[in-house]
Amino acid sequence: MNTPAELKYNATDEWVKVEGNIATIGITDYAQEQLSDIVFTEVIVSVGDSLKKGANIATVESVKAASDVNAPVSGKVVEVNEELGSAPEVINTDPYGKGWMLKVELSDPGELGSLMDAAAYEKYCQERGH
Amino acid sequence: MPEATIYELTSAGRQGVRFPDADVPVSPLPAEFAREELPLPELSEIDVIRHFTRLSQKNYCIDYGFYPLGSCTMKYNPKVNEEAARLPGFAAIHPLQPEETVQGALALMYTLQEWLAEISGFKGVTLQPAAGAQGEYTGVMIIRAYHESRQDDKRKKIIVPDSAHGTNPATSAMSGFEVVGVATDASGNVDLDALKATLDDTVAGIMLTNPNTLGLFEQNVLEVVRLVHQAGGLVYGDGANLNALLGVVRPGDLGFDIMHFNLHKTFSTPHGGGGPGCGPVGVAAHLVDFLPDPVVVMVEAGDDDTAPLYGFRRPDKSIGRMKSFAGHFGMMVRAFCYISMYGGDHLRDIADYAVLNANYLMHKVKQVYKVAYPRVCMHEFVVEGRWDDAPEVHALDISKRLMDYDYHPPTNYFPLIVHEALMIEPTETESKQELDQFAEALIKIAQEAHTQPELLKSAPHNTPVGRVDEVKAAKDLVLCCWMPDSK
Ligand SMILES: Cc1ncc(COP(=O)(O)O)c(C=O)c1O
Repeated sequence: MNTPAELKYNATDEWVKVEGNIATIGITDYAQEQLSDIVFTEVIVSVGDSLKKGANIATVESVKAASDVNAPVSGKVVEVNEELGSAPEVINTDPYGKGWMLKVELSDPGELGSLMDAAAYEKYCQERGH
Repeated sequence: MPEATIYELTSAGRQGVRFPDADVPVSPLPAEFAREELPLPELSEIDVIRHFTRLSQKNYCIDYGFYPLGSCTMKYNPKVNEEAARLPGFAAIHPLQPEETVQGALALMYTLQEWLAEISGFKGVTLQPAAGAQGEYTGVMIIRAYHESRQDDKRKKIIVPDSAHGTNPATSAMSGFEVVGVATDASGNVDLDALKATLDDTVAGIMLTNPNTLGLFEQNVLEVVRLVHQAGGLVYGDGANLNALLGVVRPGDLGFDIMHFNLHKTFSTPHGGGGPGCGPVGVAAHLVDFLPDPVVVMVEAGDDDTAPLYGFRRPDKSIGRMKSFAGHFGMMVRAFCYISMYGGDHLRDIADYAVLNANYLMHKVKQVYKVAYPRVCMHEFVVEGRWDDAPEVHALDISKRLMDYDYHPPTNYFPLIVHEALMIEPTETESKQELDQFAEALIKIAQEAHTQPELLKSAPHNTPVGRVDEVKAAKDLVLCCWMPDSK
């Protein structure tokens, strides 16, 4: 399981990468592995939308299950990964790179404190089994 | 050898039936409706018969073998049901016939409504919905209509446990509610603290499955019902698992306000290919007026000399029609027949044997497969299809390998809260010998997983079609009978 040290992690298996005031969001390597082969992804928010932490931002469907993706932080959507519609499998092959879902402008950077660091997230995944 | 599709078997100009010359005046189709080309297959009668006979022989069905597909209750569908449904008085009537000419059919529907109400402890029943999922939709629309009728318009949320079937959140969302999940606790029940945290005056209700999809009796059920009622919400019961409770527990007595039945599970009507589903809904007294339009009522009671008169009626505050005509009537005949064959005193045998069979099987395999929540189970149980010391093997591989042993696989990857879930429901109709053989196959596959994992990864080997590419099947949909570019 890959958990890059520079990212922050949400309890519902989203990662956040912070650069200045912009947060990039996707789902973790653990999440993609649990889902197995992803066949469909739909980001259901658009550029300009204001998101509250916990809001449903995307749906991911694999051969096993359909799953909601939640906003790990609040903010305004500034960019959406349009590539995912035609190539959802990049979430399997590159969850922290090409598999990113959206970028938001943070409205409450204080929320980042409630997310896990890589070590805590790894422990959290282990506790939940494989 | 894979069977070609009927479009590939076509031969231009071949014909199965020769129509006689018309003995009435012929009028041509208006030009705007006439087509130059109609890409339908052209075959002789024997080509068609052989094609479908070969396909039917490749199909796996309950009449062929054991079908432990969890949550689906794949019990044997007795042939007497089929005979009853084909009686001309049932099979040859038309839904537009005047009510007085279909009194027998109405009497059957009325009686089935009454029986289902008695079995489940509800006051009123609709037979209209076409499946469990449509029953859920009916039930949640009734929840909505109930709150609206009381001008209680703050209630926008439906609570759904994380073990629920996907149709529960889908139904809630489709009915305009926000879905709020609640977690399952360590023993497999609804986590009461998590539930309490969601409850306030914006909650319209909860969708609760009992036994839940882990095959466990919801031990907190009375408390869940009490808490939701206290918050002003209604309790919807997903009755997919009623087979485990027949004649033992009546959900209405537990405080459920609404519940759907799956006649194609509990009451032995066919799944899929053999006929459509049927998902009646039962409601408690305070919701009877909201039932879909129409229900069957006894218009005039009979006496020793005259039969009662039955008819359709619209309930006062009905949510409207859910299905054309009277619903899937043929399924009602089959379920009626099934209940009659057991009789009130013996319906309970169904639940007793379903639960006994599931526990017997669970105990046979639990040394080799980790039981997700090790408790006495109800009609089904969930194991993990994975081992730390066979890391490349997944639940899917075990299921595929079971096909080589001539079994239908169990349900995979549901409920979502169990890793690599295999959900096994033997039903009451299987014998001890059948269960023993299946347990042996599962145990043998567990050994193979450790000694020859490749055998599982590449299974099935003995089926007409080998391992299919599920990703391609899900992504590259071809949903028409001929390739679009051939037009
Ligand atoms: C627990 C549960 N709820 C609801 C449903 C939906 O029922 P149906 O398939 O009849 O629409 C199912 C079907 O498998 C189920 O297992």
